[in-house]
Amino acid sequence: MKSVAAAPEMTSAEPTPSWMTRSRTWVGAAAILLVLPHIPGLNADFGRSLLSQMGIAAVFALSFNLLLGQTGLLSFGHAVYFGLGGYATVHLMRAINHGLPVPVPLAPLAGAATGLLFGVLFGSVTTRRAGTIFALITLGIGELVYATTFMLPSYFGGEEGITASRTRGPALLGFDLGPQLQVYYVVALWAIIAAALMYAFTRTPVGRMCNAVRDNPERVEFVGYNTQRVRFVAFSAAGLFAGLAGGLHAINYEIVAADSVSALRSGTVLLMTYIGGVGRFIGPVIGAAVLTWLQASLSGYTSAWLFYLGLFFMAIIVFAPAGLAGLILMHRPIIRMPAFWRVLRAYAIAFAPALVMTIGAIVIIEMSYRLSTQPELGTRMRLFWTDIDAATPWPWLAAVVMIVSGFVVFRKTWPIVAQAWQQATTEASVAAGAR
Amino acid sequence: MNAMAKIPDIEAAPTALELCDLHKSFGPTPIIRGVSLGIARGERHAMIGPNGAGKSTLFNLISGRFAPTAGSIRLNGEQVSGFPPYQLNRRGLARSFQVTNIFPRLSVFENIRCSVLWSLGYRYSFWHRVDSLRDANAQAERTLEQIRMTARRDVPAGVLTYAEQRALEIGITIAGNANVILLDEPTAGMSRREAANAVELIRAVSQGRTLVIVEHDMGVVFDLADRISVLVYGEIIATDTPEKIRGNKAVQAAYLDSAHA
Ligand SMILES: Nc1ncnc2c1ncn2[C@@H]1O[C@H](COP(=O)(O)OP(=O)(O)OP(=O)(O)O)[C@@H](O)[C@H]1O
Ligand SMILES: [Mg+2]
Repeated sequence: MKSVAAAPEMTSAEPTPSWMTRSRTWVGAAAILLVLPHIPGLNADFGRSLLSQMGIAAVFALSFNLLLGQTGLLSFGHAVYFGLGGYATVHLMRAINHGLPVPVPLAPLAGAATGLLFGVLFGSVTTRRAGTIFALITLGIGELVYATTFMLPSYFGGEEGITASRTRGPALLGFDLGPQLQVYYVVALWAIIAAALMYAFTRTPVGRMCNAVRDNPERVEFVGYNTQRVRFVAFSAAGLFAGLAGGLHAINYEIVAADSVSALRSGTVLLMTYIGGVGRFIGPVIGAAVLTWLQASLSGYTSAWLFYLGLFFMAIIVFAPAGLAGLILMHRPIIRMPAFWRVLRAYAIAFAPALVMTIGAIVIIEMSYRLSTQPELGTRMRLFWTDIDAATPWPWLAAVVMIVSGFVVFRKTWPIVAQAWQQATTEASVAAGAR
Repeated sequence: MNAMAKIPDIEAAPTALELCDLHKSFGPTPIIRGVSLGIARGERHAMIGPNGAGKSTLFNLISGRFAPTAGSIRLNGEQVSGFPPYQLNRRGLARSFQVTNIFPRLSVFENIRCSVLWSLGYRYSFWHRVDSLRDANAQAERTLEQIRMTARRDVPAGVLTYAEQRALEIGITIAGNANVILLDEPTAGMSRREAANAVELIRAVSQGRTLVIVEHDMGVVFDLADRISVLVYGEIIATDTPEKIRGNKAVQAAYLDSAHA
């Protein structure tokens, strides 16, 4: 947990942006969400479904980051609140299917309420401790709830889960949730409300004290706050928003099953949040979008996609501990500098050998995967528009040459990048001095 | 506001702090060995003694960081031994640490503001916007000025220089307007100039409040304190006014001579 706390970019030292800047940010975000499903490439059911999944994952990851990034609590069982929120929502949808006069777009509120309820219930136990003990207790509760879904099949539906229809119910403002586009808009609306509320939470007295607890729980006690209580409030809030995300999941898929409370889902949200960056509010949103997209696209191309995901995660941990958001926002001070173009050019130069290296690695991984996990498909395969035969030494040799030569050249490009950065930061500090 | 209501009739309590036969052992090792001391309201009290005498440990007992092994502590007349630190802070006691103890990734301003929120009654509020809290922001800005850190307002506390962190340490302690303040070597590591500023600040903010200060600089101690206690090997061997302490043979033997040697 110490290493989590030590992520370099994670400060709350930036002064609050002005009211104008903030409202512009939110209006801009809403506008983007509005047009996104009409952009070519995303304007069919597949794209819109992908966007809906991203929105759900973003809310879930943001709720997770209320714990990890804001309060310094690493939970291994956050899917519990997501899943229980999902079950509550799907049961409410069933009641709606049987005539309960509630519009389905409001059903995720049941998920939020359930997430909050269990956040309060389990939070009162888990948040007595922090650090490793906290992490272990959340893991235990996760396993407990997962097992319970099989012990109470009447509520949880066992392996198959519980299904409901999102279209059989009273329409709200003409929304009957038939087309995927409508589902997307319901998800997007809830997502932006949830994101705004979570952002607002970080700007309240207790939200600030969460940051203080993350930084130095001991000192918090000497300025009047009970750290356990602060953690408890954060945990309950995180449960609420995770439950809301679970409710959106129920609407999107019309089914909720045991996988929604599983350790796998708890692990995925951790990956999303970390890859996006725990130190920035926007980080989990980026991580949720990227990971959802990778899952959807990679899994269609290769059976080794989980392996790639693991590599990606490790690369982020080692080379960019502040996550993708940290990587992107690192450029903010130099973006207006003349030398920024030099930086971009240096990136382009470094990209070429990195690409060669990556292709070499992919060829080896794919061939190894084929030989070890799918020998029945034979040794002939098509990679990067080329027919190769993994039984011959040539593709292996070529891949090794690509990796080695790519790496050697890549190393040579580093000074170019470093120099460009140097110049840009010098320009930036001169500009800052002139102001 | 709420915290204020809990303080039992301060006017009636003659002593701000009353330690009665306090003991603390870590495992089998006794560190505090029977300390009794009364500190009047408004008094500036200095605690001196050689390294390892137990001064910081005594502060840790008074501020609730450790529970005493035996003995009792009264704060403004109320029996408080065994209370957690936050309960004591809510009753008007604040302390600083010898080893800097700040919120490294929060800005200097946030560090201070976090230290005033409870005392202004905001508790665990999630319905206030912290940037709109006039009183909290004004009080934090005022404290920033007092510790001369306004120019460093938005810098993450973790990247401050050592001396600046020491100043912030004092700021966090005094920001909440506690009526009993414990400072553990507040000027250690500061330059002469910075230390002089800090002493002036301490003199100013301790006006009308109770101050207990651990300090190695005898100039500061004799200048600032109304009374001085000398702690040696877990026991107070003398408590008196600065003049009398200076003339006290036992104190000279146990401490002052060796400190000046
Ligand atoms: N948590 C602890 N566990 C075990 N021993 C401790 C602990 N805290 C302090 N001690 C021991 O208690 C003794 C007194 O330490 P303390 O820090 O109170 O001295 P001090 O008077 O503040 O000294 P200094 O002037 O160096 O700050 C030391 O021998 C120290 O090793
Ligand atoms: Mg000490």
